[in-house]
Order: sequence, then C-alpha cells, then structure tokens
Amino acid sequence: MNYLMRRLATFPLVLLGVSILVFVAIRMVPGDSITAMLGTEAGLLTPAQRDSLAAYFGIDQPWFVQYWRWIGGILHGNFGISVTYGRPVLDVILERFPLTLELAVLSMIIALAVGMPAGIFAATHNEKLSDLGVRIVAMIGQSTPSFVLGLLIIYTLSAGFGLLPAMGEFAPLWQDPLRNLSQLILPAITLGFAFAASVTRISRSAMLDVLSDDYVRTARSKGASARSVIWRHALPNALIPVVTLSGIEFGYLLGGAVIVEQIYALPGLGRMVLDAIQQRDYALVQGSVLFIAFNFMIINLLVDLAYVGLDPRIRLGEP
Amino acid sequence: MTPLLSVRDLRVGFGRNPQTNEVVRGISFDLADGETLAIVGESGSGKSVTALSINRLIDFGGGRITGGAMKLKRADGSLFDLMTATEPQLTGIRGAEIGMIFQEPMTSLNPVLSIGTQIEESFRLHRGLTGRQATAAAKDALDRVRIPDAARRLKYTPNQLSGGMLQRVMIAIALACNPRLLIADEPTTALDVTVQAQIMALLAELKRETGMSMIFITHDIGLVAGIADKVMVMQNGQAVEQGELNQILDNAQHPYTQHLLQDVPHFTKGSTTRSDGRRDGGAGTEPALKVDGLVVRFPLKSSFFSRATGAVHAVDGVDFDLMPGETLAIVGESGSGKSTTARAVLGLVRSTRGSFSVGARKASAEQSALPVQMVFQNPYASLNPRLSIESILAEPVIATGGRVDAGTRARMASLLERVGLPKNSLERYPHEFSGGQRQRLCIARALMLNPSVVVLDEAVSALDVSVQAKVLELLVDLQREFGLAYLFISHDMAVVERIAHRIAVIYAGQIVEIGDATSVLSKPKHSYTKKLIAAVPTIDRRHEHFELDTRQVPSLVRPQGYEPAPARWERFGGDHMARAEG
Repeated sequence: MNYLMRRLATFPLVLLGVSILVFVAIRMVPGDSITAMLGTEAGLLTPAQRDSLAAYFGIDQPWFVQYWRWIGGILHGNFGISVTYGRPVLDVILERFPLTLELAVLSMIIALAVGMPAGIFAATHNEKLSDLGVRIVAMIGQSTPSFVLGLLIIYTLSAGFGLLPAMGEFAPLWQDPLRNLSQLILPAITLGFAFAASVTRISRSAMLDVLSDDYVRTARSKGASARSVIWRHALPNALIPVVTLSGIEFGYLLGGAVIVEQIYALPGLGRMVLDAIQQRDYALVQGSVLFIAFNFMIINLLVDLAYVGLDPRIRLGEP
Repeated sequence: MTPLLSVRDLRVGFGRNPQTNEVVRGISFDLADGETLAIVGESGSGKSVTALSINRLIDFGGGRITGGAMKLKRADGSLFDLMTATEPQLTGIRGAEIGMIFQEPMTSLNPVLSIGTQIEESFRLHRGLTGRQATAAAKDALDRVRIPDAARRLKYTPNQLSGGMLQRVMIAIALACNPRLLIADEPTTALDVTVQAQIMALLAELKRETGMSMIFITHDIGLVAGIADKVMVMQNGQAVEQGELNQILDNAQHPYTQHLLQDVPHFTKGSTTRSDGRRDGGAGTEPALKVDGLVVRFPLKSSFFSRATGAVHAVDGVDFDLMPGETLAIVGESGSGKSTTARAVLGLVRSTRGSFSVGARKASAEQSALPVQMVFQNPYASLNPRLSIESILAEPVIATGGRVDAGTRARMASLLERVGLPKNSLERYPHEFSGGQRQRLCIARALMLNPSVVVLDEAVSALDVSVQAKVLELLVDLQREFGLAYLFISHDMAVVERIAHRIAVIYAGQIVEIGDATSVLSKPKHSYTKKLIAAVPTIDRRHEHFELDTRQVPSLVRPQGYEPAPARWERFGGDHMARAEG
C-alpha cells in the first residue's frame, strides 16, 4: 500500500517531463495550425486576420506562456480545445479510446491464448520436428509486417469467401456487441498474430530454462505426472518474462495501431494522433501523448504488482 | 532372500549416440532391506547418473539407459522391472517407493510454492489426501524432520528458510510416503559442516525409525564411515571396488580407493599439521600483513532517502598479523564474515573502521594497490572466457600501470611452468582447461606482481578431492619458494589442517579463537571451535551418533550505533588464545 502511494507520487513528475518533451517536439515541426487548417486559402488572409486567428488560438504568445496556460488548464481538468474538431481535447480522446482499448485487449487475449500453449508445446517437444514447426511459424509471425497480414486476411476472408463485414460505420461495443466484434475480430487477429509470435518465443525459452531447474527434477522425483510438472511447477516460474513482454506490447497497443486502423478503417487513437500531427493540432497531440504516457505508467505499475503475485521472493519497494 | 533393489550391468550413455558415449559402464549391486550403500567417487565418475537411473529420472536429464537390468522388490513382494516400466508406472513408484534428495536444497524446492504445498503434493499424489488431511500430514512430516514450529513454517516459501532447514524439508518430502528406498545424492555437500552433521544425524535417526534402505552418494569418503553398511567406489563409470564398510576403509584393495583414503585431505584433529615454516617467535621480523580492529558494517535502509535504522555487522573487530612465509587460516561457516574480512583486506569492500599495514608500509583502508593478491573460490567464474591466458596474466601488470615487455613474458612463462601447466598455454583460452588447471592459472595470475601476501578465498573448495590435494601441495611449494604469506579462508577443516600454520576461528563476525594450528585443532578451547571440530566427519568415527542440535546462528543485524563489548581473551600457552564466554 505504502509502495503504491510512492509509485503514484512519481506519476506527476514523469508526466511533467513528458509534457515538456512533447510541447517542444511538436513546435519544432515546421508550419502552424492556421496554415494547416486553411490550406492554400491561408495565403488569402491579411496579416491582421492571421494575427487575430493566432490570438484566438493563443499561439501568438511566447512558448513559455503557452506552456504555462496549457499546464494550468490541465490542473483544472481542461486539456484545451482541438483546432481540427473544435471540441475539448479530452472528449475527442475519450471518444476514440474505447475502440483502441478493446482492440488491445482482444489482441492480447488472442496472443496469450495462442502464444502460451504454443510456447509450452514447443518447449516440451524441444528439438523435435513439431518444435521446429512452431518456431518457424513464430518467426514468420514476428517478421510479417501488419499491413501485409491485414491485407491478406481481408482479401482471403472478406473478398474471397464473403465472410465477416470488415467495413462500414463503426459500432461501439455497448450499442451493438455482435456487429462490434465482427468488425474488430480481424484487426485483432492481425495485431494478435505478431504479438502471439513474440509470446510463443518468450514462453518457449522461459519454459526451457525452467524445465531444467532443480525443483522440476524434485517434482518428478515425487512422482508428479508430466502434466502436473508443466502446469503446477514449471509454468508459474516461467510466467514472469511473459508478463513483462505482454505489458510492454499492451502498452504500445494502447497508443493506437496506425497501420491496422488505416487498413480496417477504424476510428482509433493511432489515426487520430497521426491526423493531429499533420494538422498541427497542438492541443490534441499534447493531450493524447500525455494520455498515452499515463496509460503506459499504469500498465508498468500493474506489471510490477503482478510480479509480486507470481513470485513470493519479489518484495516491492525494497532496494 | 530377494534384495530390495538389484542392479545388474547398468549402462547409461548421453548424446546422440549413447552407446559410444557411456558415462556409466556396467554397474552391478544388490541392496537388502534396511541396508545403506554408499557410492563414493569424484565428479564425472558416474555416481549421480547411477542414482538418477534407478528411478529413471535420467530420462529427463538427456541420458539413455543402454543396457543392464534393474529390479525393485515392491511392498507386496512382487518384482518391478525398472528398465521396461512405462512413465505412468514410474510416477507411481517415484515418491511412493523410491524417495530422493539432492545436493542443492536452495534450488531443489519450487521458489513460488509454499513448503506446505510442496509437502502436501506428495500425500495428494500417492495417498489421495486433500485439504485439512493433507495439511495435517504435512505438519507431521515437518515434525518428523525436527523442524520447530512446523504449523507456522508450512506457510513459508523456500526463500524464507536456511539451507539446512530446506534440506530437512526435502527429506520430509522424500520420506512423506514412507518409501522403502531413499536415494540421497550428495545431500550435505552444499551445507556448512555443523549443519551437515545435523542432517547426517537426522538421516541416521530416520533410517532407524523407518527401517528404510538408503543409497548415499558422496565425494567425501570420510562421510561414509558414519552411515554406510556397504561402500562402492566409482571411477570413470565403473565400480572399482565394493564391499563391507570396514573392509573398504581398513583393507582397501584397489589403488584408487587407497588413494582416496590416504592422499586426499582427511581431518585428523591436528596430528597432521605442517611442521615446516612455523613462527619462531623471534622478534624483529616485520609481519607481512597486520590487521587492527577491522570492522565492516553494511547499513540497512528502508529506502534510498531514509536514514539507516541498523547495520549488518559482517565483521566486528578482527585483529591478526601474518608473518612472511606463514599461512593463517580463517575458518568459519557461511555468514561468519570470513570472506568479508578477506575482501576488506584487499579493499574490495570498504571497511568501516580499522587499519592495515602490509610489510613496513602503513596502508589505509581505501588503498587498493597493496602488494596483496587474491585467488577466488570458483575457477570457472573467475577467469574471463573471452581473454587468452596471455591477456589474463598480463592483466595485473596493466592494471597497475606497468608495460607488457620481454620481462613480463618471461615471468609468465616461468610462472606457468612453476604451477605445472604446459608451455603452449599462453595462446589458449580458459575453457580449454580443467577445474584444477584453471585454479593453477588463477594462482599464476595472483603471483604475476610478486606479492608478499596472497589471499586464498575457499581456493580449493570447488575442486575434486584428489585435485585439491595436488593444488594444496603446489601452494605449499610456492610458499617456500617465494616466502609468501597466505591468508587462507576456508570452511573445510581437513584442508585447513594440511596448509595452516595458525588458525583463526571466526563466528558471527568475531574471532573466537586463534593460535597455532596443532594447538587449536587438538585442544580447542572455545565452545564453537569444539562444536565445529566435532562436526567434521572422519573415517575413524564409524556409525557414531551425532547429537541433533537445532541452534541457529545469531542474527548479525544490530541497531544503529551498537558496539560489541570489548573482548576478554583467555591464553593457553604460546599464541593460542580464545575469547572468554558467558
């Protein structure tokens, strides 16, 4: 509990650092939001009109004033107004987030459901033909770019067999769960495949390590069956690297998956951030980067807490 | 009468062609009910492989049984063929009829499960017990191996218990279902000598209680005397000699058995200490190393920012001096502070207080460029595998700012020859050498700078017994030749007896007894020294009953600012003195 409080106390500090980085980085990109918004018509603005627009968006001020106003706003729960959407930044982000979260969760379920058994299978059939097969598939999974896999899946299933609607207006989970799942299952498989490949490789090597440990020999000397040795004795000890990897991958997925969102025409966080950068939508970029950083920190915390549950030797907060 | 276990011409191989790569080459023996067979041999002799073949665990370790016959008499008198049994049949035998304990108790228990769960598993597998019944059975099993406060300890995970306690838990697991055969594979090798005595006593007692048979595997022929009825000596995968205990120990026929009995270090209570190079007591000679009031403490903090709440008093006021050409052995068990003392002398850990002087020079605690060199315990880990032997030997010269010139190369060549390594060693890499050869390399490296003091931290502990004897001989020769002073850190009384002129016994960070080796070993005065010496197994003590002693080493964690009471010493003639007790 004490540990949890101390960990949470470091959050604002990290977020402050992230906020400065993103604030500076986005302003180093040439161009401004007025030009990006109006396109060629921006040339028609008189200097007075341009100045008043800049004053309206607050970008006429020196950068530290802008930063101060932005941070001050955040402390009051106001992340600013998106130039492109004309709505509060937080509303725009929270509108897109459920889809991204759902996609990430589905991908992780697929990755763990496929990757862990495959890894365990390969480890227990070490150096046999079946192990080699699993390793080759995993290698292919890790090295296939998601746009290739995504297009392949769309082509074979939707176009070839007429299965599963891949397109159409996106339906949120709570409005039309069936339609929602049918829209998300293919993108989730696309993302989950590479994720599953990583999980397979890491769980295979972790299991191989653990299976040669002394306590596994002890379990066998007690008369434990092969199944009990794997599931009761080896697996709990092999989980830590799997949890570490899953946490990192899941964190990345929460930042949105630009290519997969693009292929399946999904309104997720990834495409939104990309558009916001192109539009020089400073407030939206800054807000979403902070949001993504916050998610990452929460996931890292959860991973650390999971370690404690998995291994009694790990005590948090001790040097 | 049919023996409990009968093994005939057992052959075990490894790798892709097990027939051509045999590690066990035709072992035969019979084991009667209630009998104990000790299998003695050095690493690579095939003794552990033989043991693991009996319950067929070798199948999981990459080995294949290539020939022979193994029959086990089951409880109902029927014969069970261990060679042809299927894996499901074998899981019914393992744990129920054949129990096993291993060398490393620290790693042999599952770190994420409580010890209660791990003991209960045996009852669940073979007795079908679950829930409360299983827990009650597990508590009884812990009581049986004399673990105090068993009910509470069931909830502990392995990291919360000491090595000796864990080995008892292992014994509890192995004996949970009253197997009629217990295989003990070097069960005390990783333990301190006093803990070893306790485990041996426990095994002997449990054997009397249950009437089980035992196969006891060890590299230490001294340990055999206390427990075995029959002995089998193994070398290179073959049994070179087997027979009754007394016959083997008193009337060994095979030269290898005789070598194990005579040439390797055995403890003789101070009657075989060195007679050369004794301290003459003559004044005027400057000590090679003098340590005054050495204190090493590691502060305990709950977090980076908070203040220390206490300290681990690893070394708490140690004084000694060491004359040129003399060996001072520092003897103690794990956690006693003996290695920390050595590291502090070398400046590898920062000492809290105390002063050193090396030769005539006064040295500060922080100074690291003392003419003191060190040889470490594990020769496999203490040589960088990526460096050639030439680079390894050049390292100390470069580290002290010297240049590698013709003189350095000449010194390398002469030292390699001196420690008994071939001339072409310089271009080779550490993995091309055996454990004993690597330790010779480490010794050569330590001598490169022509030091006056060499610290040997458990320098022969990782070596096989017969290699140990040769390295000890080399050390003695080098000492005479170069007039080296050795600070010899060890837990092994038999080794210490061979090399030490003087002995300091260290306990809980303090020297409790120090003096002439013969005097300390033959007439120990401090109760801890007595206990330590009583625990050393020797071939003369056959079936001797050890007292079970479950006292724990006191905690070294002290509150902030704690200072130990000044020592009062009792003198016993010469330089022999012991800390007054009580």
